[in-house]
Amino acid sequence: MIQLSDVSRSFVVGGQTVSALRNIDLSIADGDYVSIMGPSGSGKSTLLNLIGLLDRPSSGIYKLDGGNVTALNDEQQARVRSEKIGFVFQSFHLVPRLSAAMNIELPLILAGIPVDERRRRVAQLLDNYGLTERADHRPDQLSGGQRQRVAIARATSMHPSVLLADEPTGNLDQATGREVINLLEQLTEQQVTLILVTHDPVIGGRAKRQLHMVDGQIISQIES
Amino acid sequence: MRLPDLIRLTTSSFLAYRMRSFLTALGIAIGITAVILLTSIGEGLHQFVLSEFSQFGTNLIAIQPGKTQTQGGNAGIFGSVRTISIEDAEALRHLPNVEYVNPSVTGNAELRANGKTRRTTVIGAGHDLPQVLSSRMQSGSFLPDDDPSQARAQVVLGSKVRQELFTGQNPLGSYLRIGGQRYRIIGVMESKGQMLGFDMDDTVFIPAARALELFNRPGLMEIQLSYKASAELNGVMRAITNVLKERHGREDFTLIPQEKALEVLGSVLDVITFAVGALGGISLLVGGVGILTIMTMAVSERTAEIGLLRALGARENQVLTLFLGEAMLLSALGGLAGLALGVVIAQGLHLFIPALPVHTPWLFAVLAELSAVSIGLAAGVIPARRAARLDPVEALRTE
Repeated sequence: MIQLSDVSRSFVVGGQTVSALRNIDLSIADGDYVSIMGPSGSGKSTLLNLIGLLDRPSSGIYKLDGGNVTALNDEQQARVRSEKIGFVFQSFHLVPRLSAAMNIELPLILAGIPVDERRRRVAQLLDNYGLTERADHRPDQLSGGQRQRVAIARATSMHPSVLLADEPTGNLDQATGREVINLLEQLTEQQVTLILVTHDPVIGGRAKRQLHMVDGQIISQIES
Repeated sequence: MRLPDLIRLTTSSFLAYRMRSFLTALGIAIGITAVILLTSIGEGLHQFVLSEFSQFGTNLIAIQPGKTQTQGGNAGIFGSVRTISIEDAEALRHLPNVEYVNPSVTGNAELRANGKTRRTTVIGAGHDLPQVLSSRMQSGSFLPDDDPSQARAQVVLGSKVRQELFTGQNPLGSYLRIGGQRYRIIGVMESKGQMLGFDMDDTVFIPAARALELFNRPGLMEIQLSYKASAELNGVMRAITNVLKERHGREDFTLIPQEKALEVLGSVLDVITFAVGALGGISLLVGGVGILTIMTMAVSERTAEIGLLRALGARENQVLTLFLGEAMLLSALGGLAGLALGVVIAQGLHLFIPALPVHTPWLFAVLAELSAVSIGLAAGVIPARRAARLDPVEALRTE
């Protein structure tokens, strides 16, 4: 359960204050499938980063699963990110020198999960995403679709309740993009909250709930 | 994060940039090599010099006439100073804890034997000299325990004198003329080699009383005395002082314990070793700057990766640890390589130039490795902190 009340985020750029988000009130239930659309600079990514605890609001309160996470310090926020939030990025953000398996394992390593458990989970994820044969390949030996599947596997390795995807199909061709969206949508069936930022109205239109942002505000919501 | 994982992750970046890592580690390796090499030579020199001085044994006390604060003061300038006599030496012989006493007077004289003449050092000594100075006999025996006032005209040759005057012959029983007097040869010393330029084999030994006569001296130049290793130095010195004060009526002599002299010498040599080690340390510092440079570059290049790690739930401390770990891995590997290289070069030097004393104490090796790791740690701190404090949103945006 994500609850934002009166959340604003402003940046100081060249001595001037720029508001990226203005007084956002938003509530997203567990297992929701939400897409955020809007032109560049409308504040979509800032909103996503706030929800992902990579950024802090300038004002307002953000509650995650009932707890006020804005009040947490960096270390506590890192723990929440580790346990509850998964990220999928447009440019995949795989560590180039690590194998596919090790990239998937990375969040588990950082969280200090025991080796046996880690091995089990990584094998399972590689299998789920059809990557078993690619386990030892480095990212530069993988296709774009495979890279994004590694990224999704990594994002889900800690069983997060919220999955944040920022233009996950932006660097993929249409067919591969659709495949990736399918994988993400399957996760919503397992009560994972999926929040998807996209330019593409076709992809955004598939979400049950569609938010449109302009100038740091949510100007319309469509529920289907 | 577990230690094996930390090692796995840091090794992966070490391997990803092989050439760069190798060169950076090389910087540290050269520094450690220099430190090891220089301290090895310094320590070798230290041991060499100390062994030169301690070959006579270390529980020695020298007693010289004249009360001076500085060693080697000239007794002649104090008119009222009494000379030290052979009787003084005999009196000290009965002190507890005193093992051997040797009255000593040294001079130069011309020797004549076998139709040859040779000018050489003549040492007047007592019968205890071999024990006091840890010398051994090659043949025959040393001067006997004669009554000092009526010592027989007997002489013991240093090995070089024997070589020069009696090449290929057995000198025992032959006669040697020293300053017009005939001395019977009763022994030959084993070679002791040179000490700081003084050839100890180019000497002959005659009874001290006869040497005083020969050189026309009123008293001894020195009494050498060895005490039991178990005895306490200060107690022995006090006893000697008391006996001599009683005999002389006042303290007009100086005791110079070898142990103290060696201590002073040792500490001087320690400073030298430390100083040459510090010179090597400069190159180690340069290696540290290399690590600082490479880690700063690594943080800039891998900004996006740092952002990713934070997004995946890495705490600031974990990012810090990862980058510090890389810096330490570089320096530790460089340090180990430098250690191996330093020891190999030091031993190689010793092999090709045997005269050059080389000694690598294990403590130095361990210290060098520790300092390599701490330099890596110090050099890694600034870049690693920068990495840890990056704003994750900004970092992720970097491509």
